[in-house]
Amino acid sequence: MNLKLKIWRQAGRKTKGQFQTYSLEATPEMSFLEMLDVLNEKIIEDKGEPVAFEHDCREGICGSCSMVINGQAHGPMGMTTTCQLHMRHFKDGDTIVIEPFRARAFPVLKDLVVDRSSFDRIIQAGGYISVNTGQAPDGNSILVNQDDSKEAFDAAACIGCGACVAACPNASAMLFASAKVAHLAFLPQGKVERQKRVGRMVAQMDKEGFGNCSNTYACEAECPKGISVDNIAKMNREYFSSSVGSQKD
Amino acid sequence: MIKLDAKIPEGSLAEKWTKYKSSVDLVAPNNKRKLEVIVVGTGLAGASAAASLAELGYRVKAYTFHDSPRRAHSIAAQGGINAAKNYQNDGDSVFRLFYDTVKGGDYRSREANVHRLAEVSANIIDQCVAQGVPFAREYGGTLANRSFGGVQVSRTFYARGQTGQQLLIGAYQALSRQISLGNVEMFNRHEMLDVVMVDGKARGIIARNLLTGEIESHAAHCVVLATGGYGNVYYLSTNAMNSNVSAAWRASKKGAAMANPCFCQIHPTCIPVSGTYQSKLTLMSESLRNDGRVWVPLKKEDVEAIRKGAKKPTDIPESDRDYYLERKYPAFGNLVPRDVASRAAKEVCDEGRGVNKTGLAVFLDFSEAIMRYGKAEASSLGENPEDEKLVRSLGTKAVEAKYGNLFEIYEKITGDNPYRTPMRIYPAIHYTMGGLWVDYNLETTLPGLFAIGEANFSDHGANRLGASALMQGLADGYFVLPYTIGSFLSKEIKTETISTDLPEFKQAREQVRERLDSLMNIQGDRSVESFHRELGLILWDYCGMSRNADGLKKGRKLLKELKEEFYKNVFIPGKTNEFNPELEKATRVADFFELGELMMVDALHREESCGGHFREEHQTEDNEARRDDENFTYVAAWEWKNEGDPVLHKEPLKFKNVELKTRSYK
Repeated sequence: MNLKLKIWRQAGRKTKGQFQTYSLEATPEMSFLEMLDVLNEKIIEDKGEPVAFEHDCREGICGSCSMVINGQAHGPMGMTTTCQLHMRHFKDGDTIVIEPFRARAFPVLKDLVVDRSSFDRIIQAGGYISVNTGQAPDGNSILVNQDDSKEAFDAAACIGCGACVAACPNASAMLFASAKVAHLAFLPQGKVERQKRVGRMVAQMDKEGFGNCSNTYACEAECPKGISVDNIAKMNREYFSSSVGSQKD
Repeated sequence: MIKLDAKIPEGSLAEKWTKYKSSVDLVAPNNKRKLEVIVVGTGLAGASAAASLAELGYRVKAYTFHDSPRRAHSIAAQGGINAAKNYQNDGDSVFRLFYDTVKGGDYRSREANVHRLAEVSANIIDQCVAQGVPFAREYGGTLANRSFGGVQVSRTFYARGQTGQQLLIGAYQALSRQISLGNVEMFNRHEMLDVVMVDGKARGIIARNLLTGEIESHAAHCVVLATGGYGNVYYLSTNAMNSNVSAAWRASKKGAAMANPCFCQIHPTCIPVSGTYQSKLTLMSESLRNDGRVWVPLKKEDVEAIRKGAKKPTDIPESDRDYYLERKYPAFGNLVPRDVASRAAKEVCDEGRGVNKTGLAVFLDFSEAIMRYGKAEASSLGENPEDEKLVRSLGTKAVEAKYGNLFEIYEKITGDNPYRTPMRIYPAIHYTMGGLWVDYNLETTLPGLFAIGEANFSDHGANRLGASALMQGLADGYFVLPYTIGSFLSKEIKTETISTDLPEFKQAREQVRERLDSLMNIQGDRSVESFHRELGLILWDYCGMSRNADGLKKGRKLLKELKEEFYKNVFIPGKTNEFNPELEKATRVADFFELGELMMVDALHREESCGGHFREEHQTEDNEARRDDENFTYVAAWEWKNEGDPVLHKEPLKFKNVELKTRSYK
């Protein structure tokens, strides 16, 4: 299949970027990133500068991929990261527009690579259970019913890629932050710190320059792991109960 | 000159670790605050070690080449983590886990280390539960288990098919907490390019800031490498694209011994290669072998028909299928260890019975499991268990609940629906049992340099059992290193903070810079990637699933020639002092060349077949591995020489608690 690729090229954080067009022959069995590998090999053959993009596990779990394909984070297929997207979902003669995740809190570093360290700082603000190594009781002394465990798992399945932010018209990080708040709030182990946790994480989110949530649910639609917006509602409840509840710090 | 001293504590096997813990020198809290530790790598081993050491009060600096510590490749582990909890009341115990691991490793691991691993395994589960890892649960709220290959108990804890992800996020969150408390200084997007030795002790690293290209010095009282395995030397593997050997290899160039480098694990159930552009292989978890049955057609004409697409696998009647694992190994069936299952798949494909276009694939079939679960579900619901349509739909749901995400990955990659048609699978490089030689303290032959997790060699012998990598990574990081590091640091309490102004740092920086410049200056015609692919093929062909002396000699020669060409003809675009992924790849591939050579040397010297190392010259009449305990019951620790052949040092392995037997899964 013959493709026309319009790819965002930007040398560095402070330089101005622009789209550049390439034509490439691909096969339907290739993954999207393998298609970019082939492009880069071609560019290198011509002694050019290959397109920088972030990638690692290539099996949809590390969360490194950070590109918007034809206007959608991770491309046209639902529940699919860019690395798991295959070229059989495109047609011969297609033009594919590839650009980085765009958000104020995710500055572009080079081409399709963005800085998502703001996500780390949100977790550092409170996305954990404070237990030192060696302090834990026997695993089966904490019983967790299957439903809670399932809900916690569903929220914990977030891979931290940032597609939710890229998809959101306000570049809000609510889905990401709420997934962590919900994961830990569903479990008995996480309940002790729940009030402190949500307050701190929300404050950090604001500090990083993420926008507010206006309930468009674009985040859920483009999340490759199907993280539900129910988590946002859960986080809002946690937040309100922590600000008006009796159990304050 | 390297001297190997494993420093195994005295006493009976079951007492060693307990005694060690109560007698190892401690560092007082006020002194811990003065001592700095560098931890390179933030996977399960690195993140858990960095967090635990920081909790103890040490000043920790942690490094990852990723943009975030959460992206380390531990995250991709699917199936589970073993622990000797005996929650199932099925006869499990610390000794049994120890025994299974030693036996599974084909008697090439160190008894004392493995027993310690089995002892702390239960603590890991407790710790992870307390952190909020959402393990699978039974209806009553207790933790659920499943079985893995090579064992006859159910001791594997899991979080759907994403156990590695959940455990890593747990460790990442513990690490994040220590970062926020200021106890860990985190360096993202930094790659270690050398270890710095001062007066014979590891006192720091040279790292490249991958964003700016700056070459930086980082100092500490000791250095911990948690940098994973080297499976990517084969180019195509289940490792992540950026996984590499460089940190460990740089240490071995400074004199750290590399142990058993030829022990590589080939995982039997991966999605087969589909084209020459392929960049990596995807694993289908071993847990699938709990319910999936492996087969190929008995008749060649069926094989041909399937390859041509004239017949579907479901068209082949039961009587014309060869469930070869069940046939050859009735006791363990589809759950034989990975090395055995991989070789069996190679054998049937070599016979010409592979079931895809390339002839390199076998079926993994769930149809029986779907019907079995469906029937059970139907009877428990009071429905008719003979209603095939209903049973199939209920069974599909049950299988989906267990393996849903794996089936989804499979369908995404291949376009086939594994609920309806069997998966096609083939073995691929997955894990490396070999690694930096460490003593009981997890210290390498370089004083003050520790290696944990997959980066060391110590626990899995010649073959690792499923669900044991996560166990070992977390055991080392949470429960072993925090004690054993005291054996070194307790003697350093009077050592002032190490300065990066020392001449050793300056010299190491210069050397790194020169190395990068000389690579950049080659300006040849071939991409780094093309060299890596060719290197990988040489390794796979001559040092892969089966090996022989002629092949290994030829492979080594080809490797040397390719390396020569690399240094003459590689082309790296861009500049040194900027974000340059091609340069990163080049330094890693350069190190893979030397490691690959050492693997060939090690494989050639080990004149026996054991675990993942199968020498064609050493097999029984029915093609099973023939071990040579008399001559090879030792760890081969290699001292790399930049000029001339590597030098072999042997650590004899003494088995006092298990009897060395021919591993039989029949």
